[in-house]
Amino acid sequence: MSPLVEIRNLSKVYTRGRQKIEVLHHVNLDIGKGDFLALMGPSGSGKTTLLNLIGGLDSPTEGTIAVAERRIDKLGQSELARWRSSNVGFVFQFYNLLPMLSASRNVELPLLLTKLPAAKRRSHAAVALELVGLADRAPHKPGELSGGQQQRVAIARAIVSDPTLLVCDEPTGDLDRQSAVEVLTLLQRLNREHGKTIVMVTHDPKAAEYASHTLHLDKGTLVEAGAEAQAAAS
Amino acid sequence: MKYLHLVWSALFRRKTRTLFTLLSVLAAFLLFGLLNSVRQAFANAGQSVAGASRMITISKVSFMVNLPLSLEMRLQAVPGVAEVTYANWFGGIYQDPKNFFANEAVAPNFFDVYSELKLPPAQMAAWQATRTGAVVGASLAAKFHWKIGDQIPLQATIFPQKGGVNTWTFNLVGIYHIANPRERQQENALFFHWKYFDEAAAFGGGVAGWYVEKIAQPKDADRIAQAIDAISANSDHETKTQSEDSFQASFVSQFADIGLIVGGIMGAVFFTLVLLTGNTMAQAVRERIPELAILKTIGFSNRSVLALVLAEAVLLLALGGAAGLGLADVAVSLIRARLGAIPMLPVGLESWLQGVGLMAVIGLLVGALPARRGMRLRIVDALAGR
Amino acid sequence: MWRKIGYFLLLTVAALMPVIVLVLLPAWGILIGAALLIAWLALTRTGRQAWSATAVAVTTIPQRLGSSSVVIIGIAGVVGVLVALLAMAEGFRATLQQTGSDDTAIVLRAGSQTEINSVVDHESIVVASQKPQVMRDAHSRPIASPEIVVAATIPKKSNGVDANVEIRGVGDEAFELYSRLKIISGRSFRPGLRELIVGKDAVREFAHTRIGSTLDLNRQPWTVVGVFDSGDSHNSELWADTAVVATTYQRGSSVSSLTVRLTSPHAFDAFKAAITSDPQLKLQVQTTHDYFNAQSEGLSKIIRVLGTTVAVIMGIGALFGALNTMYAAVATRSREIATLRAIGFRGVPVVVSVLIETLLLAIGGGAVGAGIAWLLFNNYTASTLGANFSQVVFEFRVTPALVANGFKWALAIGFLGGLFPAVRAARMPVTDGLREL
Repeated sequence: MSPLVEIRNLSKVYTRGRQKIEVLHHVNLDIGKGDFLALMGPSGSGKTTLLNLIGGLDSPTEGTIAVAERRIDKLGQSELARWRSSNVGFVFQFYNLLPMLSASRNVELPLLLTKLPAAKRRSHAAVALELVGLADRAPHKPGELSGGQQQRVAIARAIVSDPTLLVCDEPTGDLDRQSAVEVLTLLQRLNREHGKTIVMVTHDPKAAEYASHTLHLDKGTLVEAGAEAQAAAS
Repeated sequence: MKYLHLVWSALFRRKTRTLFTLLSVLAAFLLFGLLNSVRQAFANAGQSVAGASRMITISKVSFMVNLPLSLEMRLQAVPGVAEVTYANWFGGIYQDPKNFFANEAVAPNFFDVYSELKLPPAQMAAWQATRTGAVVGASLAAKFHWKIGDQIPLQATIFPQKGGVNTWTFNLVGIYHIANPRERQQENALFFHWKYFDEAAAFGGGVAGWYVEKIAQPKDADRIAQAIDAISANSDHETKTQSEDSFQASFVSQFADIGLIVGGIMGAVFFTLVLLTGNTMAQAVRERIPELAILKTIGFSNRSVLALVLAEAVLLLALGGAAGLGLADVAVSLIRARLGAIPMLPVGLESWLQGVGLMAVIGLLVGALPARRGMRLRIVDALAGR
Repeated sequence: MWRKIGYFLLLTVAALMPVIVLVLLPAWGILIGAALLIAWLALTRTGRQAWSATAVAVTTIPQRLGSSSVVIIGIAGVVGVLVALLAMAEGFRATLQQTGSDDTAIVLRAGSQTEINSVVDHESIVVASQKPQVMRDAHSRPIASPEIVVAATIPKKSNGVDANVEIRGVGDEAFELYSRLKIISGRSFRPGLRELIVGKDAVREFAHTRIGSTLDLNRQPWTVVGVFDSGDSHNSELWADTAVVATTYQRGSSVSSLTVRLTSPHAFDAFKAAITSDPQLKLQVQTTHDYFNAQSEGLSKIIRVLGTTVAVIMGIGALFGALNTMYAAVATRSREIATLRAIGFRGVPVVVSVLIETLLLAIGGGAVGAGIAWLLFNNYTASTLGANFSQVVFEFRVTPALVANGFKWALAIGFLGGLFPAVRAARMPVTDGLREL
């Protein structure tokens, strides 16, 4: 079975004024369907950059990325946007919910890009909220929810259009211990019971334990660690 | 549209700020509605639907110089002229100069030519039969609480009666109505018999002030005007004939270039409005960059982000503008109800159409730069807080 | 919630009182107020605190140029429009007010409002001219000018559209009577001939009025022989010999009015009594000053009402713009304000500093608005229908009093726009602001 995500020779260079900063060096990586991968590394190691590239938020300077056998490295901005809407769900450290929409409206957002009628959108959103255990909080605005609850709403939003891939950037970075556990447990459940492929960036080793395996990035290159490594170091 | 909710909630994110901006927009469009109603009143001064098929003949020297009565038959003979009537300006005052209204001595067939002044047949018959009879408009009668049968005294400012008496007394025998509410100011007038004026005035009789011709085909106006003026060419009473509409318009234009004044004021108003709302929108979008970035990560295209911001700006203008125009509508109705003869037309379709157009244009103008900014934001930078 | 509303209402009332004071104070009163404020800022401890807070705030204005310009431009718009419209009213009023004096009187037929409606017969003219209150010239002739006022249709130079222009036939004594009048070009008309002299404003506005042009008056050719300047609204008129005008317009021996010079302004009452008590005369008399002044009242009032209404509505729009800006300014600087208060600055200095900042912006706006109005409109020529149904040419006048009025409006809007945010700044919990750090 071919990997869901196939990354070959991936490099990313940023230009800040006159300086060129190479953030990723020739990274090779496979992620299988149903994997729950944790990416760890010190700050500046390029883990967020790698995540952004996998999620189609940015394009690489060199190398290829294929997700579900579709090459995304050469896609233009609007094509990437279209690809993202049906293939990726994002979860961020600071939740990034729209503060003036209710939880259920926030979850519905990705569905606005589809042709689903309003009633169907609402029911999909309800299902997603049910899945994350927040069905009773559907009409509440983010300001009325705790940090952990907001993050779970964000997760519901990320899965509502049934994306191929779930991409999480420090999802527990802003949460207390208790809420972090709730969120990580939920992610694990999504992975194990619903087969969602998840790539998670984290600096917390305890969070990484919830993943099926962990990779380390240091100064833009992958360093192997953890059990059953499928990554080939370069 | 399914995005309406998104745009609406974005607009009301900061309720107070949006409310204040809406009130500024409201003020601008309130002014627009009020000033436009004044401008229209002057532009349409005295114009009526029936006016398109009427022509006015005055002395070429000046409209204050009289014309001979002998012209009447010669005018009637011009091809295309259906009926001819004449009137003289009387200029009397009722009690106080401040109570100014038009009063004229008119020929017996005056109301046939001015057919929009609707008089019940019984009252018309009474007027024809009463030498000192007067007919007034309904608005004027209401203002002074006149009823049929009242004696109305007018002080002459120009024409005393023979024997030096300055007061002319008329019997109110008819009250006319005008159907079209936009022409209601024509009800502020009093008409009496030219014959009575001719007999009783110390001087000024024996002549017509001006002639009014009803023509069969409005499109023949130019030809008929030339034909009429040709009759008196090179005589001692040369005439100038034009359609009633252009006669009124040239009168108004002498008073002031109302269009220019109103245009100038509204230019200043909308200029400041654009700056004000532009600033608010720029601020609002600046604050929402992270949220717009989220929308993009979800998969909203650059163009849809552009459209969302533009829609927000247009919605802001539409809400405030509609409220302002609506308020202007109410205000104009109140003013007209209380003050009667004031040069303001009700806020009608034309003003609304112009207003909506302005809302759209200003909305797009105001939203353009912030929308472009939102469209071009780089997701990665925005999420990282750069 | 009721407390909030009550508090808000209280603040509004408190805000309105200084505004009312501002409106009622004359310009020098405001300057005195400003001087007192500066003294307070310099001399008292609270004042000095306020001053330092203001100084800090003002230095950050360049960073907030975009939003600061909202206050400036918004208020500039209000002041500009107001000053422009009031300048129109003032210009019209001044032109007519300059016409006429207390020692000349005008006699019309009793009951007539204006010269164009008045008809006075020859007998009455003679009797009125002979009254003892009428001054006589070196040859013992009464300085009295019987005048006929008619209108002619002449196209305007600017757009070619016909306009009613006033033709005034004047008597032989006219140049003695209108002593201010000077022939500035060409020569005066010769009595008995169809010759016209044209006021300098009329030359500018109407076609066919240059020296040498021929005008068709009631089918008779008249020649323009000179241009005059009378320093008042007569500059919009064309003058000729009364007797010849009477013939051309078939007036017989009647005229429209009689203008006389009195022996002194105090003689007016006696003159009026002499005229009105004479049973043979059906005349009314006024000083020319009163007569012309009354003519400007109606229109001036209308323009002033229009200008004030427009300014009020624009002012409300500008006010909300200012409120938005200043609330945002206070929010942006909440950290800075919280630090000041943590250091020990009390509420009043903070409030005053926000107010002063807003007022400075408002003054800037007032200057921009008044400046633009002055640049564009001072001495701008316009004309309108005067009392005799003919054109009166006048110039907009942006006077210092008008500009001062404009500044008052600017200060009022600035004050209201700054007060509420200022109070919010002072009442903001210090810890909230510091947490932003």
